[in-house]
Amino acid sequence: MKIVVCIKQVPDTVDVKIDPVTKNLDRTNIVGVINPFDKNAIEEAVRLKEKHGGEITVVSMGPPQTNESLREALALGCDNAILLSARELGGADTLATGYTLSRAIEKIGAVDIVLFGSHAVDADTGQTGPIVAENLGYRQITFVSKVEVEDGYVFASRTLENGVQKVKAKLPVVLTATKELNKPRYATPIKIMKAAKKEITVWNHLDLECDMDRIGLKGSPTAVTEIFEPKRDNKINMLKGSPEEIAKALVNKLLADKLL
Amino acid sequence: MELKDYKGIWIFAEQTNGVLSGVAFELLSKAKELKKTSGEDVVAILLADQAGDMPQKLLNRGAEKVIIVESPELKDYKTIPYAEALYELVGKYKPSIMLFGATSMGKDLAPRAMAKLRTGLTADCLDLDIDENGILVQTKPSYGGNIMCKIICPNHRPQMATVRPRTFDPLEEVENASGEIIREAMKIEAEPDFEVIETIPDVKEGVDIQDAAVIVSAGRGVTNKDDMKMIEELAKAVGGVLAVTRPLVDVEWYGHDIQIGASGKTVKPNLIINVGISGAIQYNVGMQKSKCIVSINKNANADIFGISHYGIVGDYKDIVPALIEEIKKEQH
Repeated sequence: MKIVVCIKQVPDTVDVKIDPVTKNLDRTNIVGVINPFDKNAIEEAVRLKEKHGGEITVVSMGPPQTNESLREALALGCDNAILLSARELGGADTLATGYTLSRAIEKIGAVDIVLFGSHAVDADTGQTGPIVAENLGYRQITFVSKVEVEDGYVFASRTLENGVQKVKAKLPVVLTATKELNKPRYATPIKIMKAAKKEITVWNHLDLECDMDRIGLKGSPTAVTEIFEPKRDNKINMLKGSPEEIAKALVNKLLADKLL
Repeated sequence: MELKDYKGIWIFAEQTNGVLSGVAFELLSKAKELKKTSGEDVVAILLADQAGDMPQKLLNRGAEKVIIVESPELKDYKTIPYAEALYELVGKYKPSIMLFGATSMGKDLAPRAMAKLRTGLTADCLDLDIDENGILVQTKPSYGGNIMCKIICPNHRPQMATVRPRTFDPLEEVENASGEIIREAMKIEAEPDFEVIETIPDVKEGVDIQDAAVIVSAGRGVTNKDDMKMIEELAKAVGGVLAVTRPLVDVEWYGHDIQIGASGKTVKPNLIINVGISGAIQYNVGMQKSKCIVSINKNANADIFGISHYGIVGDYKDIVPALIEEIKKEQH
């Protein structure tokens, strides 16, 4: 089975601030790590390979330092790593990113399963998986919490708002992983050492034979016009006194406002 | 693409087994508000095996026009036939805006349709506005809600967005509202290679937290599982339901179905009482639109107080029993 996992390098914390001068994200002290949900995607790929055999290629688009995350993915059990990197690819929104990833998956060729995390913790869109599925003409199963492959079909459980849905889809498919899917393993020191020696392939827009109108800033229909920190509403009324006094005061206020 | 050819504010009227999702009505309400600026028609798009009384319900909640595609192939939600139907409708009618609920269905369908249409899609919006150039300004949280972004899609149509459920209030239902209902004949290809085997609803005791008028919510500050008994009792006393934060789901005290927050549900009750919740932004985004927020926390500097209307600094072990006592007194 041929498996591709698409990962994104994200900041190791979502506790980020806006630089008051530049009005951009303050990127000092930000360390890049594999998006947590993408780790579930990697883990599932490794489990599928352990069960069914095959080859796992991990792909990421980003600047050269994304290599660190790709190397970690290799240490976690992926066989090959490909970095999609070129200045022309920068500034991409989800549509342009999805297009570029799709070109890479087509170049890899004959891929049975493409795995993504359900969403990335930074931009938090969850769109790239379905976009890639559409571009490749693959079926998609989003928000999966359980995956089994049998006789050319995927049987998966999807997490919905108020329940679980079981679906069956013929390969090839794109899957997006939830945190419930599995418990990602840790890389062993020996695997980390081996991964450090592996070569990471780099493909640019020319290697991918991209349509220049569909990549980077030019291929991105959306634009961010402003970022800001959410406003805090500080009309708080602090209640003080003994627990009994506080309880009485609160209950009276809530009754007066017809909330009880 | 001639941008001026694209007119109309569309909402995707999500339905399951002939029952419309509440988010469809919330989107209609916001679409009506956008219409005040753009003047364009508010149109609901309904894909189903049988429309039944759903088109009239959509008119009653603010739609001016309902476009229906009926097909047995649209009975269960399946990504590919649904996306294909939307693609064809957009090609024919050319809407300028298309809104979806940020539900598991909306988040599966909208990006697939967007990729087909090669336009822009903003995920999980908390606000929508039309600027002086007639462009939709979409406000979405990023980094778990620590940062808000304004996003536009200036040169492609439709301008697509998913909107978090419970973000906008639905309009009151009016009886027998008039409006145009269009049945669109369309050949929907069967999807034999994708099958919904079954949908198993979560076993729920009582009311869904998203439908509750009053919620008592517990977080990591509750360190002893036995203490949950008094918190559940408080929920009962105030006539509400219990909800929790992510850490209490992670330790498996409670299921995901009553979790509030970015990775759980968004709620907007009349009253929420937060017990032992510090107010991480990932939690706050799930409940900050509640009408009245009461928070009990040991730490006077807890972030939760920044978004609360009433704050109590103290040990919930003292405050919660006192509250239960006081409410019981009032009820007699």
